[in-house]
Amino acid sequence: MDEKIIFAGFGGQGIMSMGLIMSYAGMMDGKNVSWLPSYGPEMRGGTANCHVTISDEPVGSPIINEATVVVAMNRPSLEKYEKYIVPGGKLFINTSLIEKKAERKDIEIYEIAANDIANELGNLKIANMVILGALVRATNITKFESVLKALVEVLGPSKEHLVSINEKALKKGSELIENLNDKQKSHLE
Amino acid sequence: MAKVLMKGNEALAEAAIQAGCRHYFGYPITPQNEVTAYMAKRMPEVGGVFLQAESEVSAINMVYGAGGAGARVLITSSSPGISLMQEGISYIAGAEVPCVIANIMRGGPGLGGIQPSQSDYFQATKGGGHGDYKLIVLAPSTIQEMAELVQQAFHIADKYRNPVMILGDGMLGQMMEPVDFDILKKEENKIEEKPWATTGMGTRSKRNIINSLELDPQVLEKHNIEIFKKYQKAAKEEVRYEMTDCEEAEIILVAYGTIARVAKNAIELAKRENIKVGLIRPISLWPFPEEPFKKTRDHVKAYLTIEMSMGQMVEDVKLAVNGQKEVHFYGRVGGMVPEPMAILEEIKKIRGKK
Amino acid sequence: MAVVFQKTKGLTDTPFHYCPGCTHGIVHRLVAEVMEELGVLDKAIGVAPVGCAVFAYEYFNCDMQEAAHGRAPAVATGIKRVHPDKIVFTYQGDGDLAAIGTAETVHAAARGENITVIFINNAIYGMTGGQMAPTSLIGQETLTTPYGRKPENNGYPIKMCEMLSTLEGASYIERVSVYDVKHVLNAKKAIKNAFTAQINKKGFSMIEVLSSCPTNWGMSPNEALKWIKDKMEPYYPLGVYKNTLEEVKQNG
Repeated sequence: MDEKIIFAGFGGQGIMSMGLIMSYAGMMDGKNVSWLPSYGPEMRGGTANCHVTISDEPVGSPIINEATVVVAMNRPSLEKYEKYIVPGGKLFINTSLIEKKAERKDIEIYEIAANDIANELGNLKIANMVILGALVRATNITKFESVLKALVEVLGPSKEHLVSINEKALKKGSELIENLNDKQKSHLE
Repeated sequence: MAKVLMKGNEALAEAAIQAGCRHYFGYPITPQNEVTAYMAKRMPEVGGVFLQAESEVSAINMVYGAGGAGARVLITSSSPGISLMQEGISYIAGAEVPCVIANIMRGGPGLGGIQPSQSDYFQATKGGGHGDYKLIVLAPSTIQEMAELVQQAFHIADKYRNPVMILGDGMLGQMMEPVDFDILKKEENKIEEKPWATTGMGTRSKRNIINSLELDPQVLEKHNIEIFKKYQKAAKEEVRYEMTDCEEAEIILVAYGTIARVAKNAIELAKRENIKVGLIRPISLWPFPEEPFKKTRDHVKAYLTIEMSMGQMVEDVKLAVNGQKEVHFYGRVGGMVPEPMAILEEIKKIRGKK
Repeated sequence: MAVVFQKTKGLTDTPFHYCPGCTHGIVHRLVAEVMEELGVLDKAIGVAPVGCAVFAYEYFNCDMQEAAHGRAPAVATGIKRVHPDKIVFTYQGDGDLAAIGTAETVHAAARGENITVIFINNAIYGMTGGQMAPTSLIGQETLTTPYGRKPENNGYPIKMCEMLSTLEGASYIERVSVYDVKHVLNAKKAIKNAFTAQINKKGFSMIEVLSSCPTNWGMSPNEALKWIKDKMEPYYPLGVYKNTLEEVKQNG
């Protein structure tokens, strides 16, 4: 396994947390992992991204030039990172905020209205977890159980009360993919 | 403690604490702020001292005081802050006070930027401040190695009574990787007696004086020569490097820190095209490892040094290769990071030459 | 034969290098006597400045560190944070403390760093040969103010005691002089109060000593002492500027 994932969006969308949870999960699975954030002023309201590598081998460059998976939580992220994806790679688009369609034909595209689903669940802030749940189910990079454990780790004792709502969002995202697999498999091919 | 996921800056701080460092003086600057935050939280838990100084100038002089008083001391900053400390670092080296200084480099010159860079190599390895002195400079390339080298740095600083610098870049400071503190060598955490330290005379009959002033040129020359004897010893005993795929390599890349990791990716790309490329990764930047060049310069076609600078370490590579083979350079600056594909292109260019 | 005078144990046998008539020697002796009388010599760590007192580490009979120009309060901070139960002091001139090291001085005081600062104000740079100091008086002729210090070009002399006494972290701040016996005795009392403040862990203490520099002022030693009284004292009034020590108040 040598998965290279770019998470991108606005500052405040929980981009860093998505990457962190994936990294923890990968570590718990016994893989080599690295997490590289963008840092500086852009973390406050501008565009934010993080690069996560999960690999059987020691991680070389933590910078991802060719991604196996990209998560675009806003339009600038889609515009910037769609071209980073290797042929056959996966792209997750938050359609609540992105009207534009992806242009690539050689990748798998998952369109998820994450903000709307999060709103339905009662908390806009968990849109990131909806997408992450979908990502884990669609890619099988890590076990779903590992992600649940990683979530507890990342939230820590001070945010323990938020575990259950985040879990709910992860599961919802996962279900979307399961349903999609049944009904819309052809759409992806 | 099992493996934990940590930022480079946090691992730096935790490794220092595990190495017995109980005094940290600092001043906020991006991209090393996690060190100050970590120390502010952690030092009180272990009965240590965290102090945010009014400037880097003041902070390094607090380090001089605390190191002179016998403590294991850490100070961290990033490029512009390290420039401000050069006066103090020269005094610390001159007065033979041990301490560990970490520079998590960002792009310059001047205020520059906050993205990663390696453009303080000269400053770190060639002096930086005034006078004849050297820092022992260690450059980790993973978070695990960051922890290991920080711990060793305290040991080396005490061994030579000289400042040791950890030279990393913003990427290494900010990124997270699993780190295992259990595998650190515990014996290096043992702090030896420091009979020279200013602790108050107590029952001691001789006064201890920490000083770098000497107006008699003959005595000052002798002091310089004595200091350089230590450096000669360090040049023998503190050389550290890693060699990858060098035996049959046609071209050998030379890179340190995070860029050595990028270089490894380039080597993989080259392999796919049946080009044999190796890597020499200096871990100690001073003393600079000459051995791997002696071992390889007979069979290799050329060396390619890759840095996030306009070409600094490449000068030491040229000295080590000593004119026997071509030494090429590829660098990106200002926070730009060399990409594996671009390195591969450079490799191909060199191969294309007669 | 009865011993009528004995050199303090607080000083080494090294002869002072100071110019004839310079008051550094007096202040060195006062600081040394105070440390001996308070019984803290064995746990004292001093920090020497850059300036005329650069060799202070040769004279005080205790552990010493030599600081870079202006950085003594930062160095002392480092030492004190390692050895909070030891007695840590700096000995600094006006250029060191009030020009290049202003930030270190002000912030050590603001932190309430539990150290004692001995501040020699002689209104001139002595070691470098008589240039303007931050405390040089208006109209004072120096190498770098050959036509006299002019406010429009050089601004005004800094009053450190007044400035530092506004800070919460300062525990004991007093300005004294050493131009006659009475004032020398009072200076010693002040220095003792400052060290007592430190022993009682009250925070930052500083004694400013109006001092003479006959060589660079171009005066005889006696004229120089008179100049302190006539010229410096009116601009730099003597007295206690901050005292948070009830017990010290009673003793003083």
